[in-house]
Amino acid sequence: MAGSLKQLDYSILQQCMHCGMCLPTCPTFDATKRERSSPRGRIALMRAVADGEMEITRGFADEMSYCLGCLACQTACPAGVDYAQLFETARADIEKSGINASPLRGFWRFITLRVLFMRPRLLRMAGRLLRLYQGSGLESFTKRLHQMRILPAELGRLEALSPRISDRFSNEMIDPVERPGNDIRFKVALLTGCVQDLAFSEINRDTADVLLANGCEVHTPPVQSCCGSLHSHNGEPILAAELARRMIDQLPPDDYDAIISNAGGCGSHLRHYGTLLEDDPAYADKARNWDSKLRDIHEWLVEIGCRAPFSSANPDSMTVAYHESCHLAHGQKVTQQPRQLLQLLPGVKLVELKESSWCCGSAGIYSITQPEQSAALLDRKLKHLQDSGAAVLATSNPGCHLQIESGLKAIGSPIEVIQPVTLLARSYRQETSPSISP
Amino acid sequence: MRESLVQALIDLLGSERVLTAIEDLIPYGFDGTATFKATPGAVVFPNTTEEVSACVRLANDAGIPIVTRGSGTGLSGGSVPTDHALVICLVQMDRILSVDPRNLTLRAQAGVITAKLDETAAEHGLFYPPDPGSLRISTIGGNVAENSGGLRGLKYGVTRNYVMGMEVVLPDGRIVSLGNACVKDVAGYSMKDLFVGSEGTLGIVTEVLLKLLPRPLARRTLLATFDRMEDAAETVSSIIAARIIPCTLEFLDRITIGCVEDYAKIGLPTDCEAILLMETDGHPAAVEDEATRMVEIARTHGAREVQIAQDEQEALKLASARRSAFSALARVRPTTILEDITVPRSALAEMVSFIAATATRHGLMVGTFGHMGDGNLHPTFLTDERDEEEMQRVHLALEAIVEKTLSLGGTITGEHGVGLAKKPWLKQQLGDASYELMRTVKHALDPHNRLNPGKIFD
Ligand SMILES: Cc1cc2nc3c(=O)[nH]c(=O)nc-3n(C[C@H](O)[C@H](O)[C@H](O)COP(=O)(O)OP(=O)(O)OC[C@H]3O[C@@H](n4cnc5c(N)ncnc54)[C@H](O)[C@@H]3O)c2cc1C
Ligand code: SF4
Ligand code: SF4
Repeated sequence: MAGSLKQLDYSILQQCMHCGMCLPTCPTFDATKRERSSPRGRIALMRAVADGEMEITRGFADEMSYCLGCLACQTACPAGVDYAQLFETARADIEKSGINASPLRGFWRFITLRVLFMRPRLLRMAGRLLRLYQGSGLESFTKRLHQMRILPAELGRLEALSPRISDRFSNEMIDPVERPGNDIRFKVALLTGCVQDLAFSEINRDTADVLLANGCEVHTPPVQSCCGSLHSHNGEPILAAELARRMIDQLPPDDYDAIISNAGGCGSHLRHYGTLLEDDPAYADKARNWDSKLRDIHEWLVEIGCRAPFSSANPDSMTVAYHESCHLAHGQKVTQQPRQLLQLLPGVKLVELKESSWCCGSAGIYSITQPEQSAALLDRKLKHLQDSGAAVLATSNPGCHLQIESGLKAIGSPIEVIQPVTLLARSYRQETSPSISP
Repeated sequence: MRESLVQALIDLLGSERVLTAIEDLIPYGFDGTATFKATPGAVVFPNTTEEVSACVRLANDAGIPIVTRGSGTGLSGGSVPTDHALVICLVQMDRILSVDPRNLTLRAQAGVITAKLDETAAEHGLFYPPDPGSLRISTIGGNVAENSGGLRGLKYGVTRNYVMGMEVVLPDGRIVSLGNACVKDVAGYSMKDLFVGSEGTLGIVTEVLLKLLPRPLARRTLLATFDRMEDAAETVSSIIAARIIPCTLEFLDRITIGCVEDYAKIGLPTDCEAILLMETDGHPAAVEDEATRMVEIARTHGAREVQIAQDEQEALKLASARRSAFSALARVRPTTILEDITVPRSALAEMVSFIAATATRHGLMVGTFGHMGDGNLHPTFLTDERDEEEMQRVHLALEAIVEKTLSLGGTITGEHGVGLAKKPWLKQQLGDASYELMRTVKHALDPHNRLNPGKIFD
């Protein structure tokens, strides 16, 4: 992958023929009605940088930071513009230019991108510390400090959004190899993710269970490196490439029928290792092979013909709405499969959520970097959700899950957020032990 | 742009509605047309007719040109600014002012997005038919300024047929109100009609009064597949000769089908030479009858297959796939140069084969699609603007196509306007006398050439 807009294959920039078909799908254009906040406008600015007509300016950096990276424009674009690649290249350029640099920002970037998310064991250690902190009385103490306005507002926001750390991480819940009771139909690798592993390790367990129930032998290395999506989205392509190589070494794609991801954001990045490593002679082929094996969990289950559970996890019927995570819908074009799985569940009534693929404002660390726009998008999502009449919101990305859950909590709504694999797993469990409530 | 003018604009509109930073200006330097680009001096977003008028007066005092802009989806370079011009962008004037079900009219500000007009009409059981491919983005002001057509032009006509009245800011800043809600009106010249299709060179349309129709009760959408392009063209002629006026007769050739399918993935047949998208609407009995006859006509003219859309959803899918045709063609090569020629319908088959032959002769790749029922074709050259030698060949092919169009009694542009893109050929089509007449009109209304200078003619 090219490291800067100037080196980028020019035809990728030229691909945009400025027809504007993407405009109505872009949440930031919808908010400002200004071209610079539209996909077409942003691409024009990138082209101006590539052509040397414009320097990388503060305004350019701000605009790229305002972009959600939701990729709704990429779905809408008939001309096949690869916005994801343009966007990541632009962000890498901005990082290199140093225009955003400040000692504090540099420190946090160093800690997160270069230290924590490069070292899985250290990340889990940090997770354990956070868990201790959340479990101790210290948390409510700092909350009081915020209320008394002793700590800065940003820290408060960060804390409200920081996920509740799981009691146990994935490796404590999933064995390295697990086999289904009956015939083994497929051999798959399960990626446990970073945020997913820290905050939603039960969902990894659920994913493994669902795979087992569908005849898959599940391989889950206990210590997995980060997939690199965080690095790639934040202008660190070299670190991202390093992480991709580690991933491929740990899970050689030839060994598996499929490599399963259950977090939209990771999956969207994980299926593009081919582009990321295209210039690395030792890895280019392997990376392409990796891409061809990578599957989102819902996509895989539908592909292999997911078995309908014959037991219901819920005594009464349940109305479920489905929110599409951007990186699953737009990044991976997986839109119907999660709905198909939900429809397999006995007792579930699926209702359509208005604007189901409109970004909820989570978008990685967007809720921290652009709190206002993030909150506006969340409000819009919650409104549609309340109008839908659903009791449960199904969604399959840790970021969306956290964002919508915290939004619902803030307005005191009883609507629950549950991931589709969890609903499936509960139903399968009910088949074997109907007496135990999930 | 001069400090004093910028300050005056900010005093008028507030700094949020006056853009001057380079990052803000570059994205307003182009429209949907390939290869034209310039950087405006400032972009402003008025909310009312009075604000538009005040901006015009300020620009006049400073002696700088004004370019009106809707959503910048134009395909002839109409809203591409002249360097340092003041761009007046109307997208914030996006309110529907009233719907009058008793008189079948709708009043809207010029920045309303086209699709919203029909959505609003539908809430009252009414119908606003013009539906350009860009309807989800383009503004009604832009539609009026280009007299845009759409997929339903054959039966329902173009934007002009629905404009009953308008409010316009003239090049000197005066505000005039033209037309009214009367079905008949011959009080003097039909001045509103002068502004329809004037491409932002005579005045700035700020409000429109539109005619609505009762919403048709039924609709049928058909898709016919052909192994020979001529058969598709013959089918169109025969349908019209059989006195059927369907609302839509759209055509896509093999290259276009491939691109559209690659994008939309709706299962279009990619191994045929042409498809016709046909639609009839109206009274349910008439619709059934026309649909049956159209299927028959297509079959007798060698259609390989005729498919009937099962429900509204499938029909919508087909129509939106057709709407993506132009953009989808851009998947193949970096630059897409699109033509907009229109010929009398009896000459369609000849024109279609001429385009194919010309492309082959010059070794170029052309995808053709269009509103076949209107005789309006969009041969689109798939090329690369950085390859000078190839662009030279594109130019030769364009010349040949224009010559042929004119010799068949056709026009260089059916719906996209002259703008910058078709300027070189206008005189050739019109002849000296009519060309001069147009300039006389322009000079009478805009003696200092302030509004959209350099568009249509120099
Ligand atoms: C994918 C695609 C499909 C398209 N399909 C069709 C189609 O099927 N049929 C068709 O006819 N066109 C089509 N077009 C062309 C284009 O969408 C139309 O010309 C449309 O009317 C332009 O509207 P706009 O708001 O984008 O105007 P702009 O592009 O912003 O402006 C167009 C011209 O109108 C002038 N103008 C804009 N607003 C005003 C105003 N309020 N008062 C005075 N002058 C004004 C501008 O100065 C300029 O000269 C298509 C374009 C695209 C990109
Ligand atoms: S990104 Fe695609 S849809 Fe948007 S303007 Fe460019 S070509 Fe058109
Ligand atoms: S990624 Fe999302 S926010 Fe960014 S330009 Fe595309 S649609 Fe707009």
